Amino acid sequence: MNIHEYQAKELFDRFQVPSPKGKVASSPEEAAAAAKEFAGAKLVIKAQVHAGGRGKGHFKNGFKGGVHLIDSPEQAAEFASKMINETLVTVQTGDAGRVVRKVMIAEAVDITHEYYLAILMDRATCAPIIVASTAGGMSIEDVAHDTPEKIFRQVVHPLLGLQAYEIRKITAELGLTGDIAKQFAKLLKNLYKLFIDCDCSMLEINPLVTTPDGRVLALDAKFGFDDNALYRHPDIVAMRDKEEEDPREVAASEYDLNYIGLDGNIACLVNGAGLAMATMDIIKHYGGEPANFLDVGGGASKEQVTAAFKIILGDPNVKGILINIFGGIMDCNVIAEGVIAAAKETGLPIPLVVRLEGNNVEAGKATLASSGLDIVSADTMADGAQKIVQAVG
Amino acid sequence: MAILIDENTKVLVQGITGSFGAKHAQLSLQYGTKLVAGVTPGKGGQKFENTVPIFDTVYQAVNETGATASAIFVPPPFAADAILEAMDAGVELIVCITEGIPVMDMMRVKSALQGSKSRLVGPNCPGLVTPGRGEKSHGGCRIGIAPGYIHKRGNVGVVSRSGTLTYEAVFQLTQMGYGQSTCVGIGGDPINGTSHLDVLKMFNEDPETEAIIMIGEIGGNAEVEAARWAKDHCKKPIAGFIAGATAPPGRRMGHAGAIVGGEEDTAAAKKKILAECGIAVAETPSDMASTLMMRWGK
Repeated sequence: MNIHEYQAKELFDRFQVPSPKGKVASSPEEAAAAAKEFAGAKLVIKAQVHAGGRGKGHFKNGFKGGVHLIDSPEQAAEFASKMINETLVTVQTGDAGRVVRKVMIAEAVDITHEYYLAILMDRATCAPIIVASTAGGMSIEDVAHDTPEKIFRQVVHPLLGLQAYEIRKITAELGLTGDIAKQFAKLLKNLYKLFIDCDCSMLEINPLVTTPDGRVLALDAKFGFDDNALYRHPDIVAMRDKEEEDPREVAASEYDLNYIGLDGNIACLVNGAGLAMATMDIIKHYGGEPANFLDVGGGASKEQVTAAFKIILGDPNVKGILINIFGGIMDCNVIAEGVIAAAKETGLPIPLVVRLEGNNVEAGKATLASSGLDIVSADTMADGAQKIVQAVG
Repeated sequence: MAILIDENTKVLVQGITGSFGAKHAQLSLQYGTKLVAGVTPGKGGQKFENTVPIFDTVYQAVNETGATASAIFVPPPFAADAILEAMDAGVELIVCITEGIPVMDMMRVKSALQGSKSRLVGPNCPGLVTPGRGEKSHGGCRIGIAPGYIHKRGNVGVVSRSGTLTYEAVFQLTQMGYGQSTCVGIGGDPINGTSHLDVLKMFNEDPETEAIIMIGEIGGNAEVEAARWAKDHCKKPIAGFIAGATAPPGRRMGHAGAIVGGEEDTAAAKKKILAECGIAVAETPSDMASTLMMRWGK
């Protein structure tokens, strides 16, 4: 789950992680009011979408740039009117772009130095790891590649938590001294608390900046949350913006289906995440292009299969469907009946290949064969993949 | 022999009265597994299926029945506590089936398990099966949710992060007439108790296991770590498969741990390293068993 920049600022404020002054606005009037509130400071207006590359993007109405300096409340209102409810296209949004619903009016800070600071859940050590660098403001992957000596890592003990000496170590490695060092130490301590308390999987500040007036501020941040832990964070779930997500994925999540849209033309419907990935792979192996990842879980009920069909058929690129179910515990005949009911409800305008295996498979295949529907039966995964690739052509 | 569990392993189930736990406890009983106890707080004194005693705590269940392995079916918010309770009771093998446990919880549990006498398998896993010698492998030890009847007792060890992909491999093996010593599903979460490497080492030491299928997927470096060890230490033929060659980077593919984070945890990179370490890599998931047979000289 992703959050907007203004929501990240809300979390920073709550955990006392200093960031530039800012306020979100949903209308030109609100934008003007916010600009008035911060009068005296140099200000910037920023379109709120999840995608990056906003500054260099353009709106479909012709307005250039999703980020602008502003010098008056009037200008804030004027720019806001050109952004709100308009579609912004950036390198990350694709040609369709994203509709901007909100803008943020924020303080434009002068920068003395840029740093990089992140906390990640590290798989290798099974612990949080703090990554810091004096090379801020650029991609950390590039820094790791070009100047790996500029990256400092500190693993934090899972049960002890962040210790004072660890903060001192990181502060020293970044070369911070005096009051700046004190501010940084407090910021890092609060950031770690935010990371733990909100069940983050990743929290990246790039850049973290020092300013000529002697402040340390988190200028831009990227959050990743552990989906498994969202049940205990209703406040974070409330930040979800479904308009920013693939509508097919939103629809799938309502039926407990695990769906990820891709660019190919062969849809697949599979039980189990590993088998679903492997099914995509075998479609590709035989020359096809998978249109999606779709795991219906262990059950594959009629309701789920019907919902899955509707989502799959809603994708205009899809030219064929491969169902691959290993019915270990579930009765294959029940699955076959579910598939037929779903196909009858949604109609079957494109080729469907079904590979069933497992419990009561003969009855399941017989049910499919006698359904009167144009369903091709397959014996193995390879057989199924070859048949659907051939059918799609 | 087999590894971790055999026909005589005494098993308890935590969360035996929930619908999921009850269904699979019943299937394990039908398979012939020595299911000796269930645990559901507040339901101590009752019986499951009129035969298996239910206890309020794991401590009581272990003391009364001598269970040495536990299958955990409790919902995600309570799963970490259930694992720690089993550890506290001295359960040797804790198998956590539960999917969706917060990573922070698992991070703390993993740390707490260090130095204990308990081994955790999972979470978010199908569990383990050591097939029996009866019809359709009846009489074996089934801990978790795998379909018992597709197995056959034999000499191939199977280790995997995915449930249905494990069944696929087992089914292929059984169809070809080759049985399994033990099948271990280590789970699809980023932090788990037992790794591919841990299981490879056990298979390598197990006299009954003659060949191994190792199934992995994108994300993390567990398969690579296991392959590098196997190159110099494993005496037995291994076939491998890595799922997720077509997965887009940065997306979580169903399993919480199945996400490409960099250049080295893609399917292509892992397959390359596996092959360099002498593992026969299956081209497609349909070829897992046949790839092993080629390498094994069968």
